[in-house]
Amino acid sequence: MNFDWLFKKNQKNPDFWQAYLDTFNKKKRKDTSIANTRFIAFDTETTGFDKKEDRILSIGAVSFVGKTIQVKNSLELYLDQDVFRPETVKIHGLMKSGSPDKVSELEAIKIFLAYIKNAVLIAHHANFDKNMVNEMLARHDLGKLKNKFIDTGVLYKKSLHIIYRQKEKIYTLDELGKELNVPMVDRHTATGDALITALVFLKITGRLDKRKNLDWGYLLDG
Amino acid sequence: MKNSIAERVYDFLKNYPPFNILKDRDLLEISKQVSIIYLEKGDTLFKKGDTFNEHFYMVRNGAITSFHTNTNNVQEIVNISDAGDIFGVRPLIAKEDYKLTATANEESIVYAIPIDTFQVVTNNNAKVYKFLITAFATNAYDPYTAEETGKIFADYLPSTSQDVVSFQTANYTKNPITCDFNASLKEAAIKMSRHKIGCIIVVDSNTNPVGIITNSDIKNKVATGLFPIETPVTNIMSSPVITNKKDLTVADGQLQMIKHSIGHLCITKDGTVNSKLIGVLTHHDVLVTLGNNPSVILKEIKRARRTKKLRTARLKANTLLKSYLEQNIPVSHIIKIISQINDAVTVRAIELALKKMPAPPPVAFSWLSLGSQGRKEQLLFTDQDNAIVFQDVEKDKYEETQSYFLELAKLVTKSLNKIGFEYCEADMMARNAEWCKSITDWKLQFENWILNPDEKAILLSSIFFDYSSVYGEKNLVDELSDSIYESLSKTSLFFKFLGRNALKNPPPLGFFKQFLVEENGEQKDLFNIKSRALMPLIDAARLLTLSNNIKGINNTSERFEKLAEIEPNNKELYQSCSYAFKALSKFKSKQGLLHNNSGRFIELETLTKEEKLKLRRCFKPIQEIQEALKMRFDLKNFI
Repeated sequence: MNFDWLFKKNQKNPDFWQAYLDTFNKKKRKDTSIANTRFIAFDTETTGFDKKEDRILSIGAVSFVGKTIQVKNSLELYLDQDVFRPETVKIHGLMKSGSPDKVSELEAIKIFLAYIKNAVLIAHHANFDKNMVNEMLARHDLGKLKNKFIDTGVLYKKSLHIIYRQKEKIYTLDELGKELNVPMVDRHTATGDALITALVFLKITGRLDKRKNLDWGYLLDG
Repeated sequence: MKNSIAERVYDFLKNYPPFNILKDRDLLEISKQVSIIYLEKGDTLFKKGDTFNEHFYMVRNGAITSFHTNTNNVQEIVNISDAGDIFGVRPLIAKEDYKLTATANEESIVYAIPIDTFQVVTNNNAKVYKFLITAFATNAYDPYTAEETGKIFADYLPSTSQDVVSFQTANYTKNPITCDFNASLKEAAIKMSRHKIGCIIVVDSNTNPVGIITNSDIKNKVATGLFPIETPVTNIMSSPVITNKKDLTVADGQLQMIKHSIGHLCITKDGTVNSKLIGVLTHHDVLVTLGNNPSVILKEIKRARRTKKLRTARLKANTLLKSYLEQNIPVSHIIKIISQINDAVTVRAIELALKKMPAPPPVAFSWLSLGSQGRKEQLLFTDQDNAIVFQDVEKDKYEETQSYFLELAKLVTKSLNKIGFEYCEADMMARNAEWCKSITDWKLQFENWILNPDEKAILLSSIFFDYSSVYGEKNLVDELSDSIYESLSKTSLFFKFLGRNALKNPPPLGFFKQFLVEENGEQKDLFNIKSRALMPLIDAARLLTLSNNIKGINNTSERFEKLAEIEPNNKELYQSCSYAFKALSKFKSKQGLLHNNSGRFIELETLTKEEKLKLRRCFKPIQEIQEALKMRFDLKNFI
């Protein structure tokens, strides 16, 4: 039998991808408590909602451990893309030849992976952002993200009293922000939404923690 | 790399001193180094005695309370910082341990500003440092004053909060109401009544104060017929006025008033009668600052124009509560006073919210307090449970009407939250469309609960049956009560459900006469005084009141007293329940004040033998009343 395909892939692993994978291999991680975990809230602005056809125009992310977000450790990337849809400009405000310094998609991947490492990722409607990033990785022959994901929309529902939990209801980030009294600054920019998502996450977990000992099963489960 | 978050931090900081005097480039540099900290209510940012850290702080959202812990280990509030206020500046001025404790008064977001970066960019900026030192020194509590400024108060270390506030700068009324010295008394009186005030300052063309007219001048000099109402103000004003500079302390202000036996001090630009009037310090202002007096607190609440003022007033009620408990004043009296204050706060919050609404209410409505506030037995801050009932409207107007009241409720609940009443976890609040309905819809709702009881209905009705109208049209609420009793007369099943609910928690003594403590979760080994001792009594009283057709009594101990009156053969049991309830409430409040929380969970190990015995004595009536309920509502086979 020919195992070439297996080794081939391994050989082809570019350094930055291997470095990213390595962050998950360490068995050294002793402290796995929620309080000491590095979380990253992130958001992507895209040309649209089709994961195959559309492209990521910008990625914003903030990282935090505990309840402190360091501003200087935030990430803000603008990508140079061939795909462009004028109709989405009014949402995210990113024009084809906009002002911010843009990087290539591959460059963005390198920076993003080096930034997130093995952190737990948080996004609002996380599946969308996850799929967009995974598609981008696939275009460059890389594997999928290995990180654990938390969706603030799902998490919020869990925090509601059982009487008001509506299975079908999909909460928008705007609704959550309003409900949880988060300052809605820079809405519809990737970084602004990432910060809002981080604060939303902190507020929800605060609520959950009040009632029970918050554990990973609760945070990560569906 | 572009950093939008730093830019938004910059946008916020630049509005507030000392950052508003920095150069853009420097401020942006600082903004990049800021950390954003999220704090839940009660979270501590730093404690007294903590080593200084490399940040100082600015409130972005919410409010941070600074506490001073005195030698008796009692915490006294020094200051509450709001959005834009800086705090925790000690490390910046003097590299020494924190002397105060900073905790979140409500859910807050705080910016932590690194001192290193700040010092590098503000190096030698005298203006900045002047601001910081002033900010640092304005806290009258701060021993800095004693240490650094020639030891003026070296032998005066404040021990009670009253002592301390006396030396705070007096909080006088800015923009006082004035009238021209050519005006007639009638004109002045119209102005006074329009502004609902008791005195007016007469000023000359340079706005220098020349005299003062108070209600009693009008009573003594005009109503007696001495002067006609058209008389010039100069005829009846008291003159000259006593003046002072704006930075006088409360103690000074009080002294001046006693000395001249007056109730009002005019604050002028240079402190003499020959300069511009900038404010008035009234005797009331002095009392308010010093005041742990319920009527002063109530007055302050009624006059509050902002939520922030309401919060300060409500916090004073906590101090009042504490001293009442210490003085062993009867609990039933304390409960009445605190309930009055809570209701007044709610009423004022509604009035302020109504002013913010674009239009007056489309139809009559009533604001209901539910749960413990509805029963008027709320001593400490608890969750807010409330609802709105409004008059019936045409079907096509319903949605529009409801959304008006929902909008109103959002404003009210938001300010109540700011004042200290947490949002109800279960969202049983008037801002929820389910609890903001027309009178007909409410009647149907209650009828449905009563005729089709199930677990959820009982859970909800145990909260909703203890409603009381705090604001608005009382008739609506009476109408609702009548309809509820009518529905109750149609069924006995509902009482059985309520009975089962009342027996849900067994008497809190275990087989070996040990306290039953919580078995799991964060509250392990804690005794839940609310669910295990207070709730069984509350539930029993509600059930017995409803089944006896007693209207208009919501308070648990009063309910038992009324029951003792109408059922003489159970008098002793009911009276002991009433007593137990009061004793337990007092116990819970004391615990709550001690730990700055709701007092719901009690660490048994911290109790003395005597306290344990006292508590246990309260449990006997619980056991007996539960047995009585079992018999009366035939619950043996229903549980």
